Amino acid sequence: MKTKTSVIPFGPQHPVLPEPLQLKLVMQDERVIEAIPAIGYVHRGLEKLAETKDMNQMIYVVERICGICSFMHALNYCHGIEEMMELQVPDRAKYLRVIWGEMHRTHSHLLWLGLLADSFGFESLFMQAWRARERVMDMMEATAGSRIMISTNIIGGLRRDIPADLQRQVLDMVDEVEREMKEMEQVFLKDYTVKHRLVGVGVLPKDIAYKIGAVGPVGRASGLAQDMRSLNYAAYKELDWETVVENDGDCYARTVVRVREVYQALDLIRQAFAKMPEGDIAVPVKGFPDGEVVTRIEQPRGECLYYLRANGTKNLSRVRVRTPTFANIPPLIHMLPGCQLADVPVIVLSIDPCISCTER
Amino acid sequence: MLYNVTDITIEGVLHSAQDMEIQGYRFVTSSCVDNGETLDIYYHYDKDLVLKQYKLNVAKGITIPSISKVFFCAMLVENEIKDLFGVQFSNLVLDYGGKLLLSDGAPDAPMACGGQIIVIEKGKE
Amino acid sequence: MLEMLHNIVKNFMKGPSTRLYPFAIRKPFADARGNLVGIDEETCIYCGMCQRKCPADAIVVDRATKTWTMNPYKCVVCGVCVEICPKKCMTMGESHRTSTKKMENVVQQKKAVEAPPAPPAQE
Repeated sequence: MKTKTSVIPFGPQHPVLPEPLQLKLVMQDERVIEAIPAIGYVHRGLEKLAETKDMNQMIYVVERICGICSFMHALNYCHGIEEMMELQVPDRAKYLRVIWGEMHRTHSHLLWLGLLADSFGFESLFMQAWRARERVMDMMEATAGSRIMISTNIIGGLRRDIPADLQRQVLDMVDEVEREMKEMEQVFLKDYTVKHRLVGVGVLPKDIAYKIGAVGPVGRASGLAQDMRSLNYAAYKELDWETVVENDGDCYARTVVRVREVYQALDLIRQAFAKMPEGDIAVPVKGFPDGEVVTRIEQPRGECLYYLRANGTKNLSRVRVRTPTFANIPPLIHMLPGCQLADVPVIVLSIDPCISCTER
Repeated sequence: MLYNVTDITIEGVLHSAQDMEIQGYRFVTSSCVDNGETLDIYYHYDKDLVLKQYKLNVAKGITIPSISKVFFCAMLVENEIKDLFGVQFSNLVLDYGGKLLLSDGAPDAPMACGGQIIVIEKGKE
Repeated sequence: MLEMLHNIVKNFMKGPSTRLYPFAIRKPFADARGNLVGIDEETCIYCGMCQRKCPADAIVVDRATKTWTMNPYKCVVCGVCVEICPKKCMTMGESHRTSTKKMENVVQQKKAVEAPPAPPAQE
């Protein structure tokens, strides 16, 4: 006797998803057999704006592709144009870019930890994670002017500097966030009920992760040691850090990777402040770029690739963005078959979906 | 400055994808640029943090073989190029029929040259 | 069991971990970008640089009538106009604008200079 299959649509509106994503789940009893994704609910067509906005105005458009990794999008774009025009960014600007980049990574991972706790119903832990994140947001407003779209990158360097009295406030914030993170780590990684929901759920083996193109913490939790910060953009070559890798490939391993990356980001901020030299923060820009370039950086969710093509005028002819969640959707389709229906929200959240990045 | 770019023709698309798989590269993404009469499609591959690119220059209207049987992850980006530029791919593993990113009332191939940005003000023409 | 008791006592003694808004409001940080207030009409030379550089196309400058118009609902509060103004006549406020019932543009115009009185007729 063959049991019938039914199709349940997951999304696009779902309490656990931060952004709209639809998955058609083919189910047999309580088990998922197949999953087909459908996106396209927040497509804004931002790449088309490169034809009308000039290359300096495009920084502000590119920053607004995503709210959580906004600084990294602007950094990737400016880095690409600086490579095309062969500009040498001053050292102080490189260290400041590391500091703001790692602050973004901290706040993104704290946001994700809160959403993960919310997805299995642990709302008080969700509130605590977001309270810790508020301290990072306050420091972003104090140093850069606003909480989310900090708009400090320009072609050739930065618009703002962090003077010495603000440095002390940022370092105090780093200490407080680290203290709160140590308390929350006990619950995320050692609590019996949390482990029961995360261990063994949504396994992605290492060879399939490589072939199917997993990037970021999803790939690193399956044993792939690839981190685009090893490409030595900004000031990462002078700082002491190593790639965070786990080997199990399940949701618990992805949580461990992100928790360890929060500690690593806070440590990188301290190192960058200690080693930062004095000097200018920007070089003047003359002329227009010509040619094409591909740059990649490590956003909180993974590897982000920018392809830029310029033709010697003030408008770029093509800005192409490949964001990390776009590359993490095929691993998601691979992880879902075989799991129970109640595990689907946890698995979807464990890849850290940022659908506004995916669709631009 | 793009390093490591090799020009290929349509017959070389599948052959280069299989070659990259045997050598252990992973597929990163593919980018499409509209030159007016022709299209440039780049295939980006990566191994140990070194990028390798293949560049395909085709006239508009030609059907391109899909590499999604070799690399499953190419399926999403080829559907996106199909939506935004109006390119046809043959043998796509999962074909959304031009509706992955665009909704029903959207213009055809908005990123191709000739698609213009129209601003409609409220209450005005 | 003892650990839980220790945790409960510690949490009771510590006090609230969030700010008790609206009774305790945090002062805005210095140099925070809240909203674009406007220009100083006397200093402005109506060159139109802010209109050219704005990424959101929110500013319209009319040199003939000496009028500066800004649409606050298109403005993304990036601060580029304040930085590149050659006369440094633009001001940016520290707190966000409050909500209103009617959407209005900000229009500022240079006051017309009165003509000097005609010289007395020659005797």
